[in-house]
Amino acid sequence: MDKESSGKQDTFPSSDIETNRFVAQEIVMPRPRTKWTERCVEVTLVVAASTSIILVGLIFLFLFREAAPFVQHPGLSSLMGDRWIPVSFQKEQFGIYPLVTGSILVTAIATVVAVPFGVIGAVYLSEVARPAETETLKPFIELLAGIPSVVIGFFGLVVLAPFVKAAFGLETGLNAFTGGLLLGLMAIPTIMSVSEDALRSVPASYKQASLALGGNQIQTIWRITVPAALPGIVAAVMLGMGRVIGETMAVMMVTGNAAQTTFKPFESVRTMTATIAAEMGEVPFGSDHYRALFWVGIILLVATFLLNIVAQRVLKRYSVRQ
Amino acid sequence: MRNVTTRTLTAISIGLLGMLAACSGKKGNEVTVVTVKGSDTMVHLVSMWAEAFMKNHRDVEISTTGGGSGTGIAALINGTTDICASSRDIKDTERAQAEQKGITPVETMVARDGIAIVVNPRNPVQELSLDQLRKIYTGVYTRWSQVGGPNEPITALSRESSSGTYVFFQEHVLNKEDFAQTVRLMPATSAIIQSVVLDRWSIGYVGIGYAHEAGPQVKILGVKATEAGLAVMPTEAAVHSGEYSIARPLFFYTDGDPTGAVKQFVDFCLGPDGQRIVRETGYVPVQ
Repeated sequence: MDKESSGKQDTFPSSDIETNRFVAQEIVMPRPRTKWTERCVEVTLVVAASTSIILVGLIFLFLFREAAPFVQHPGLSSLMGDRWIPVSFQKEQFGIYPLVTGSILVTAIATVVAVPFGVIGAVYLSEVARPAETETLKPFIELLAGIPSVVIGFFGLVVLAPFVKAAFGLETGLNAFTGGLLLGLMAIPTIMSVSEDALRSVPASYKQASLALGGNQIQTIWRITVPAALPGIVAAVMLGMGRVIGETMAVMMVTGNAAQTTFKPFESVRTMTATIAAEMGEVPFGSDHYRALFWVGIILLVATFLLNIVAQRVLKRYSVRQ
Repeated sequence: MRNVTTRTLTAISIGLLGMLAACSGKKGNEVTVVTVKGSDTMVHLVSMWAEAFMKNHRDVEISTTGGGSGTGIAALINGTTDICASSRDIKDTERAQAEQKGITPVETMVARDGIAIVVNPRNPVQELSLDQLRKIYTGVYTRWSQVGGPNEPITALSRESSSGTYVFFQEHVLNKEDFAQTVRLMPATSAIIQSVVLDRWSIGYVGIGYAHEAGPQVKILGVKATEAGLAVMPTEAAVHSGEYSIARPLFFYTDGDPTGAVKQFVDFCLGPDGQRIVRETGYVPVQ
C-alpha cells in the first residue's frame, strides 16, 4: 500500500492544489483510507459472492423485457389456449397449455421412475454397501450424471424408443413415457447423491439406540434412518425434478414433440424446453412468436425457481433439526 | 538446451514472419467482395459453393447471408446485394419495384429442391396423391386403410416449424392449412429417417437427397399430382422435368446479366463442380 501511494505522489505535479491534497492525504486520511480500502475489498468480495444472484436477476429482467410487448399486442389471453401453432398461413396461435401439460407429464413420469431407484440406491450405498462396493459404484453414478444429454437422447431414440414400443405394443416409441423414462435415468444420480448425503448425516446415536432396543438392520433403516433423513430425501427429489423439467435435448429427441394437451403417457407431447430449443433458432426477431417463446421461458424459470426454493427450505429445516 | 530453444524460437519467428508476409501480400491484391443474400434453405448450399469457389479464386471473397427469399429480393431491389438467392419466383410487384429503381432482376435457376415421402419398407402402400398427403398431415386420415393400406394407425412425422421444408410442405402439400396437432415434429431429418426405419406405420417427408442416402432402409412413395394421375417417383429426372409435384426450383437473381466476379461465381455454380456440390448437399442439379 505504502509503495503504491508514494509512487502516486511522485507523479503529481507540484502545484498548490496538489500540495494541499498531498498534505491532506498525509495527515487526515490514514485511518479513513484503510477503512476505505477495506470497504473496497469487502464490496468486491460481496459482488463476487453475489454474482449468481445478480445473474438470476439480470436473466429475469432480460426475459421480461423481451416478453413484455406481447402483453400489449396479442395480449396475455392468447397464451391461454390449447393450440400451439406458431407457424401458420391461417392464424398463428400461441396457446401454451399443451406445452405446460407436456412438461408436467414428462416430469411426473420421470419422478415416478427415478425416486425408487435413487432413494433405494442411496439407502444401499450409505447403510448396506461395504466401502469397496461404494467406491466402485459411486464413480459410475457420477459418470451417468456427466453423460451429455444429446448422447442420452440418441440412446433413447435408437434403443429405448424401440424397446418401449415393443414392450407395450405401440405403433411408435416416440411418446411421453419414453421421455419420462429417459429423464428419470438422468435424474437418478442427482437424487441418489443428495439422498445419500442426507442418510449419512443421520446421527449414529439414532441407529445405535434402535439396534440397542433390539431392532434389526432392516427395521433400523426403514423406521429410523430413512424417516430421520426424509427432509433431505424430499429435497433430493425436488432437485432431481428441477433437473428433469429443465432438460431439453434428450426429451426433444424422444417425445415426438406434438403439441397436444394430454395426460396419457403413451401420447406424444411437446415440452416447454423442447419448444424453445426447436423454435428459437429460426424465429423472426421481435415477432409475436419470439415474444411468446420468452413467455414460455419465464414460466419455465419460475417453475424451476419455485422447485429450488422449496427444496432449499426443506433442506434448511432438516439441517436445523440436526 | 538453450541453443535448441533459441533455434526453435528463431524458426517460429521466421515462420510467423513468412505468414505475415503472405497475409499482407494477399491483402495487397485487390479483393472483390461478392455478397449473396436470401433464402435460408439455400444458405448451406451457397456457402458450400462459396468455399469451393474461393479455393480457386483467391481474389474473390463471397459472403453469404440468409434471412429468407423475401429479404434477399428486397436487398437486390435496394442494391445492397450482388446476388439474391431465392427459393421462389420473384413476384410481379417486386419486379415493378425493382424496375422503378432502375434494377433489372435476371433469373438463373441454379438447383432444384425436391421432397420425398418415405415410409417403412414393410408398409404395403406404394403411392399417395397430394390430396391424400394433405389429409394425412391435417389429421383427416388417421388410418392406413383410408389410403388403401391395412387397418393400422398412421404416425405422421414432420420437421420442426423452424425448417424451410416445413413451410414449403405446408404451402404446397397442405395448401396452407395447419398441420394436425398429433403430427410429431422431429428435430432433424436424421431423426425422421430413424423413426421411419423403426416404426412400421409411420410416414415422413425429407429432402430427396436424404431419402436416397437412406437406401433400402426406407421406402420412397410415388406421388400423384391428382387423384387420377400417374404416381411419379422423385427421381432426378422427374424433379428436373417438373413431373414430380413436391419440388421447387432454386434461383439466383442478379441486376442485369451477371458480369465480372459475379459471373465467374454463377458460372462456377452451374458448372460440373458446382452441380456436383448440389448433388452432395441433397438437392437436384439443373444441368
